[in-house]
Amino acid sequence: MRQAYIGIAILLVVGLLNAGLFLALSHLASVRRPTKVKASAYESGIDPLGDTRDRFSVKFYMVAILFIVFDIETIFFFPWASIFRELGLPGLIAMSVFVLVLGVGLAYEWKKGALEWE
Amino acid sequence: MDPMTGTAFVIATTLKILVFFVLLLVFVALSTYFERKVAGFIQDRSGPNRVGPLGLLQVMADGLKFILKEEVEPGGANKKFFFLAPVLGLVPATVLFAVMPFASPAPTRWGLMEMIVADVPVGFLYVLAIASLGVYGIVMAGWASNSKYSFLGGLRGSAQMVSYEVALGMSLVPVLMLVGNVQMPEIVSAQQNFATGPAAYGAWFFLPLMLTAFVFLVAGLAETGRVPFDLAEAEGELVGGFHTEYSSMKFGMFFLGEYAHLITTAALITVFFLGGWDIPFWQGDNIRVLADGTVIGEPTWWKTLLTFGSFAVKTLILVLFFMWLRWTIPRFRYDQLMDLGWKVFIPIMMVYIMILGLAMYLLDEAGIPVGWQYSGALIVLNLIMMVTLIWGLDRGMIVKGATSRTRRRAGGIRGRMTPTAPSEVD
Repeated sequence: MRQAYIGIAILLVVGLLNAGLFLALSHLASVRRPTKVKASAYESGIDPLGDTRDRFSVKFYMVAILFIVFDIETIFFFPWASIFRELGLPGLIAMSVFVLVLGVGLAYEWKKGALEWE
Repeated sequence: MDPMTGTAFVIATTLKILVFFVLLLVFVALSTYFERKVAGFIQDRSGPNRVGPLGLLQVMADGLKFILKEEVEPGGANKKFFFLAPVLGLVPATVLFAVMPFASPAPTRWGLMEMIVADVPVGFLYVLAIASLGVYGIVMAGWASNSKYSFLGGLRGSAQMVSYEVALGMSLVPVLMLVGNVQMPEIVSAQQNFATGPAAYGAWFFLPLMLTAFVFLVAGLAETGRVPFDLAEAEGELVGGFHTEYSSMKFGMFFLGEYAHLITTAALITVFFLGGWDIPFWQGDNIRVLADGTVIGEPTWWKTLLTFGSFAVKTLILVLFFMWLRWTIPRFRYDQLMDLGWKVFIPIMMVYIMILGLAMYLLDEAGIPVGWQYSGALIVLNLIMMVTLIWGLDRGMIVKGATSRTRRRAGGIRGRMTPTAPSEVD
C-alpha cells in the first residue's frame, strides 16, 4: 500500500516541471521593454492612488476564523463516519450531541451577525 | 492474477502518469476551445472558426501567443510570490488527479495493473487537502500584484473558497458513511452491483444521496471559481480580479489551471456520485481488487477501454453542464454567495448527516442487507427530503437574506420605491 505514494511523488515532480517549463519558455521567448508606465499598477488609466495593502473589511477575518473552526469540526466527522456502522446507537447519540453543540454555535454566530454581508 | 509489485509497479506508474498528464493537458486545451464553441452556440454565433479546420487550431494559436507575449512585471510587486502564484494555480489542479480511478484494472504480463495513478490509503482526504491548496494561488496573486483590483479579488476569492470548502468537506461525510472507507476504488465498487464479494449498493450515489450530490456539485463549482461563482475575477467590478496584473504565460497558467480544475471537479463528481467508471446495467465490469490481492470478476483489456470510455463520457457531460451553466446563469452577489455557503449548505448538511445516520441505523437494525432494497429506502428518504426542502422549507428563498434586506430598504423609503411583492422578488 505504501508504494502507492510513489505515484503522487512522480506526478508532483511532473506537474512542477511542467509549470516550470511554461514559465521558462515565456521568459526566454518573450521580448521585454519595461517602461515606468507599464510597471505601474493598473487602476483604470489613472495614476495609482494611496497604498494597495490598505485596511480591509473585518468580515474577511471573521470568515477566516469561522472557517478554521468549522473545517476542524468537519474533520471530526470523518473518523466517526468511517466506523459509523460499528459504533451503532451510542455513536449516533454522541454525534447528535456534537452536531447540536455545533448547531448552537452556528446559530449564535448567525444571531450575532457574523454571517451578514452588507 | 496478482497485482503488480516492485519495479514493474514503478514503471507502470510512471507510464500511467505520462500518458495521463499528456491526456489531461490535451483535454484542458481542448476544453478552452470547446467552451468558446459552446458559448457561441448558446449565444447564436459561430465561436472560433478562423484558425484551422473548425477553428481547432485556435488552441495552438493561443498557446503560442501566451508564450510570445511580453511579461509585464508590476513595480512594487512581491517578486517571489508573484512568480509562485500561477504555479500554485496550476499544479494542485493537475496533481489532484492522482487518486482518481479512471478505468477497471487491466491484466498485463507482469501482473494486474490498477487504473489509478496512486491508490493511497488516505483516499479522498488527499483530494480535500490538495484542493484547499488552490486558495493559496489566489491569495498570493492578489497580495503580490500590488494592485487594488488584484487585492480585492484575492480577498473575495479566498473568503469564497474557504467558505465552500466546509460545505464540500461535509458533503463527503455521507459518502463515507455508506462506503466506510476513504479509498477511491472502494467508493466506485460500492456503487456497483456485485453478486458475490464486496458489499455494494447497486446504485450510483447521486440517487441514494441526492441532496449530498447537489451540495457537492454546487460547492465544487464554487471551488473552481467559475460563473456563477466567479466573484474573485468579476470583470465588471474588478477588471480581472486576482490576475489583473498577470500577463503572458503567467496568466496562461491561471487560465489552464481553471480548466484543469473544472475537469478535475467533474471527474470527482463522477467518482463520488456517478459510479466512476461503472457502466450501468452491465455486470461484466464488476471488477475489484481486494486489499489482500484477491481479484473479483474477470479483468480484460477491452473492459478497461470500455470503462475508461464510460468515465470519460460522464466527465465530459459534466464539463459541458458546467459550461452550459456559465453561459446561462448570471453571477451571484457577494452576500448571496456567502449566505448560500454558510446559512444554507452547512445547516442542511448537518441535519442531513444526522437524518441519514438515523435512517442507516434503523435499516441496519431491521436487518436489511446492503443492496438495492437498502439504496431504494435511501432514495425514497432523499426524495422526501428534497421535496420538503424545495417546496416546504425553501419556497424560493435560497437568497432570502438578500431579498429580505432589499425589501427592508424598500420599505424604509416609503413612497419613493414601491415594495415588490415577495413572489416577484423570489
